[in-house]
Amino acid sequence: MALVEIRNVHKSFKREAQTVDVYSGLTIDFEEGSYTALMGPSGSGKSTLLNLVAGLDRPTSGVVRVAGAEVSAMKPAQLADWRSRTIGFVFQSYNLLPVLTAQQNVELPLLLTHLNKKERAERTAIALGVVGLTDRMDHFPRQLSGGQEQRVAIARAIVADPTLILLDEPTGQLDAKSSDEVLELLRRLNEEFHKTIMIVTHDAKAADKATTVLHLEKGTLLEREAVSADANLEANDGVGVAR
Amino acid sequence: MKFLPLVLANLKRHKLRTILTTSSVALALFLFASLRTVTTTLNAGSQVSSASRMIVQNATAFVIPLPMSYAGRLQNIPHVESVTWANWFGGKYGDGKRFFATFAIDPESYLKMYPEIQVAEDQKQAFLRERSAAVIGEGLVRSFGWKVGDNVTLQGTIFPGDWTFTIRGIYHPTLKEYGDDSFMFHYDYLYEREPDRVTPGWFIMKIDDPNAAPSVAKTIDDQFRNSTAPTKSGTEKAFAAGFASMWGNVKLLMTTIGMAGVIEILLVTANAMMMSQRERTSEVAVMKTVGFSDGRVFSLIIIEAAVIALTGAVLGLGAATLLPIVTGFGEGGFLPGFHVTGGTLLVGVSVAVLLTAASGVVPAWQAAKLPVVQALRRVE
Repeated sequence: MALVEIRNVHKSFKREAQTVDVYSGLTIDFEEGSYTALMGPSGSGKSTLLNLVAGLDRPTSGVVRVAGAEVSAMKPAQLADWRSRTIGFVFQSYNLLPVLTAQQNVELPLLLTHLNKKERAERTAIALGVVGLTDRMDHFPRQLSGGQEQRVAIARAIVADPTLILLDEPTGQLDAKSSDEVLELLRRLNEEFHKTIMIVTHDAKAADKATTVLHLEKGTLLEREAVSADANLEANDGVGVAR
Repeated sequence: MKFLPLVLANLKRHKLRTILTTSSVALALFLFASLRTVTTTLNAGSQVSSASRMIVQNATAFVIPLPMSYAGRLQNIPHVESVTWANWFGGKYGDGKRFFATFAIDPESYLKMYPEIQVAEDQKQAFLRERSAAVIGEGLVRSFGWKVGDNVTLQGTIFPGDWTFTIRGIYHPTLKEYGDDSFMFHYDYLYEREPDRVTPGWFIMKIDDPNAAPSVAKTIDDQFRNSTAPTKSGTEKAFAAGFASMWGNVKLLMTTIGMAGVIEILLVTANAMMMSQRERTSEVAVMKTVGFSDGRVFSLIIIEAAVIALTGAVLGLGAATLLPIVTGFGEGGFLPGFHVTGGTLLVGVSVAVLLTAASGVVPAWQAAKLPVVQALRRVE
């Protein structure tokens, strides 16, 4: 069953006097529980796809649907509420709030829920435990390494138990060891916790951990590649299906 | 409440900037409240003055005295129930830094005329009996530690020389706007020593019908119009209002300075808030990505502005309220009963609320309307 449905999406930007088309009728599905890597050169529309799925950006036309909800038709306030319950987002440059401790950063999405302080603290501790940073919860971002910061960012992304985790080049600023740790963590989230993951990456090693790799170029799906043995990919009249 | 740690964390981001901005707000509201209190104190004097008491002064100038013979003539004017008089002595004590008013009064008639001046009966009788006796306000007791029975020597400024009095009574006013730091003694004591120079500075009359005051004033002034000392008469209320109106331009100036201070601080605070928001563009984008709505982001920034403005208000208005008490400024004589009123505090808090709105709305609106993708692209 498709968790994410992209239907005939057109997206264009105004850049000075010119209109730049990113997608011209992109149609693609992402199955629930899938782990998909999006690859392609800069400007191919990878990050834009994540933004559309997260409801951070709107398509010029077409439909984006996540877990049955039509994201592209939601009003801003609905979208914010929906995003807090459905999406976990991880950035390349971690984007932790520097004035908050690791624990407070992870707790941030839970402030938008009806959980009480004790419940929030429990959930936060679990999320930090999953990323292996329980002993760093009182540290501020400046007191953490890059890899640790990114793990805190992942804890923040999973703490509200979202349906879908979106990662935009999460290993782009990490050294090899930290990168491996983050990728292993993502594998566990997918395999053990059955989280649906979409990751934008230039890193072939990161893509290797995914079950499916989609190659985009100039907004067009060029190639679908099943990475792991039990994954398979179908092409159906130009509709990509990642499983 | 659960968002409070987030608000406080943001305020602690640049501690010095937050402290300076809050201090600026505090200073502006301190100035505003203090300057407004000068005008409310001046106005209060006229508000508590009696409409059934009239003042007769020299038409040429307040400082020129009137003949004693007027007392009997005033007493015979219709509607006049009683007459008393007083004279400005202008004495000082010690180095004179602590100013207080000194009056020579006709003791019995004066105390009857002013029931607002409360003196214990035994002290009052002692004061009436002794020619060199004085009755003083509680403010002077607090300032100098004087007590009943003390001999106090004042230096005369209008009537030179040392003047020694025995304190026989301590009064407290029924309304604090009357002030409690006057020094009053027998007119006769002054007259005895300076018979050629001393005549009443002004007369005070009690009338039986406040509505008759205009006609009484006209009768008096007509009667003395062609004398060597023409008079200017009016109700005490009008007299006090006239005194307050002499400060008219000063009041306008004070109000203007107070408002200018508030507006200046508004600009400083708005600038600080906008700087703070510009520095946090990426963080606001991240919060929105996490699920914070535009409205929630707007509210959080408004709360930050409110914390700064209201903390400043508490400090500034608190200092304006406490400082006159601690320093005894309200006992300085020219502004008896100087104290920050509830109305001034209310206006001060309203100014703080306006300050919050004016300084917080623009950065809050900008943050709320921040396009997330563009903001993230700048960061990424």
